[in-house]
Amino acid sequence: MKNSSDRLLGIAGLVLSGLMIWGAFLIKESFIQDPLGPRVFPIVIATVIAIASATILWRPDDEPLWPAFPRLLEIGVAVLALIAYAQFLPIAGFVLTTALCGGFLSWRLGTPPLKAAAAGLIISGGIFLVFRIVLGLSLARGPWGF
Amino acid sequence: MDSLQSLADGFLIALTWQNLGLALIGCLLGTIIGALPGLGPSNGVAILIPLVFTLGLPATPALILLTSVYYGAMYGGRISSILLNIPGDEPALMTTLDGYPMARKGQAGEALSISGISSFVGSFFATWGLVFLAPQLVKVALLFGPAEYFALFTLAFATLGGLASRNQAKAAFAAALGLGIAMIGVDGQTGVPRFTFGEVHLYDGIDFLVAIVGMFALSEVFTFLEHRGTTQATGGDGTVKLGRITPPVSMLKQTSGSMARGTILGFLAGVLPGAGASLGSFIAYSFEKRLKDKEGTFGKGDPRGVAAPEAGNNAAAGGALVPMLALGVPGSGTTAVLLAMLLALNITPGPLLFQNNPDVVWGLVAALFIANFMLLALNIPMVGFFVRLLMIPPRYLMPGVAMISFVGIYGVSGSTFDLMVMIAFGVLGWVLRKLDIPLVPIILGVLLGDQMEKNLRRAMTISDGDVMTLVASPLSIALWTMAIVGFILPMLVGRYLRPKIADTDAVEGADPD
Repeated sequence: MKNSSDRLLGIAGLVLSGLMIWGAFLIKESFIQDPLGPRVFPIVIATVIAIASATILWRPDDEPLWPAFPRLLEIGVAVLALIAYAQFLPIAGFVLTTALCGGFLSWRLGTPPLKAAAAGLIISGGIFLVFRIVLGLSLARGPWGF
Repeated sequence: MDSLQSLADGFLIALTWQNLGLALIGCLLGTIIGALPGLGPSNGVAILIPLVFTLGLPATPALILLTSVYYGAMYGGRISSILLNIPGDEPALMTTLDGYPMARKGQAGEALSISGISSFVGSFFATWGLVFLAPQLVKVALLFGPAEYFALFTLAFATLGGLASRNQAKAAFAAALGLGIAMIGVDGQTGVPRFTFGEVHLYDGIDFLVAIVGMFALSEVFTFLEHRGTTQATGGDGTVKLGRITPPVSMLKQTSGSMARGTILGFLAGVLPGAGASLGSFIAYSFEKRLKDKEGTFGKGDPRGVAAPEAGNNAAAGGALVPMLALGVPGSGTTAVLLAMLLALNITPGPLLFQNNPDVVWGLVAALFIANFMLLALNIPMVGFFVRLLMIPPRYLMPGVAMISFVGIYGVSGSTFDLMVMIAFGVLGWVLRKLDIPLVPIILGVLLGDQMEKNLRRAMTISDGDVMTLVASPLSIALWTMAIVGFILPMLVGRYLRPKIADTDAVEGADPD
């Protein structure tokens, strides 16, 4: 279907708006009261989202150029790598995880593997040197203290 | 001449070794950030904020550092535009049109120096504009009550959308999405949690720094992954000869008019909420072309076509600081990011800033004057240094950017949860960019949502629930009228104003200014 991205966006926006209004009614009223209360503004915003989404649905733009499936997969893998990085950072420490993740991203951006590994080490070491040693920022410590 | 007196006091603040040093570092970093394709003013400043924050710098030095980066990026963007035909950031896009042809003709050095001087002229006079215009705007802002502030925020979103996107529905969608994100967390007025799904981490709301760094910096990494292997992602081969790095006097004479016109137009574009530097350079170039292009030399390496947009984007950068400092309503993406830093430091811009912390404002303005001279020195004689830096290919640069983003956010919060939220915002930013939804209104919504609601509810409390209070004063009626016109007008004329910028390929990957 033509312009399906914008139509999907419009539908997603309408759903989001509905959920927001439903969520707003679930907000518990507090014993502290003001004339407007905590529900009204979110509902107004949800209404704006609904109107905007309906307009997008009604008059969608041209379809954007989505990357082919392998590239989407590539981005997905990069996201997974970053999630893994965030999870392992406090466990394994800054230097190791950053060298691995930086090297991986550099490899995926088109650097030959060996050079990418070196790039990872340089990025990690460079950040450690500048931010930890020169500026004294606290980075995540692993079992080895760096 | 109160302003001049305050400015003199500002110089006393700016002229300490620490502040001078920070301005110099900012200028240097800014020029590099501007010059490197893929890093622009808004994402460059965004990844630096958490770092500045964790270093524990007080407000004035922090603001001096980051605003110098902002100014510096406006200078630096032109370098890769001229040498590689790749804009270093979005505002420098117009500079490619005549800058690259000049470089092809063997005039790279002249193009760089003339654009450097134009940048200086633009930002120097725009900083003077800031000195005189901001206090005037503050006087108006002192008349604002909660109802007027609510109208002002609406105005900011309405006009921001009009210029940031070709599709008003998408701009409105973006603004509302940002405001919606700002609603997450404990309601400041009544203390009840909203949209937190019982997740304790969300009680404090979404930290806007996390949202900004994710949307501006991480999404850039995904964009590069997507475009890997194309010219945009590989960088240039760097075999351009610089030639002489001082412009001939005749060329200076020829371009002085263009610089003046570019400066004025750029400054005006910057002051308008939501327009920013890209529009400044675009208007300056189009106007100059229409006015002066008699022999059809524009687009083929006319120095005037380099001078006008460069003066324009630098002047717009200065102009965009006016509403940000005086009203607390940023005029562009990068000033929104700067606003985020001020809010993170517990400083609310607006009239109160000028009254309670004049040292911050005037110290900053004085530092900007100094930074301008530093930038001129860095960008004319030392331009060769930055040219060499351009040879860092994005495949090494972007992983570094991603990792520094993580370091910054982790440094501020030390929480894995925030890192996950940042990744989520990175993915969201990439998808929304593909869908041509502008990111700046989202960020502005996240930043201002709280204040907008607070002012609305305060107005309602004062009037005891009477909605008509929102349009009760002439000032608020004027603001609402401007908001409505600002939202509708671009639907009618917008397609004549913006098409050239928005339709180019480079913009999709470029970051907002």
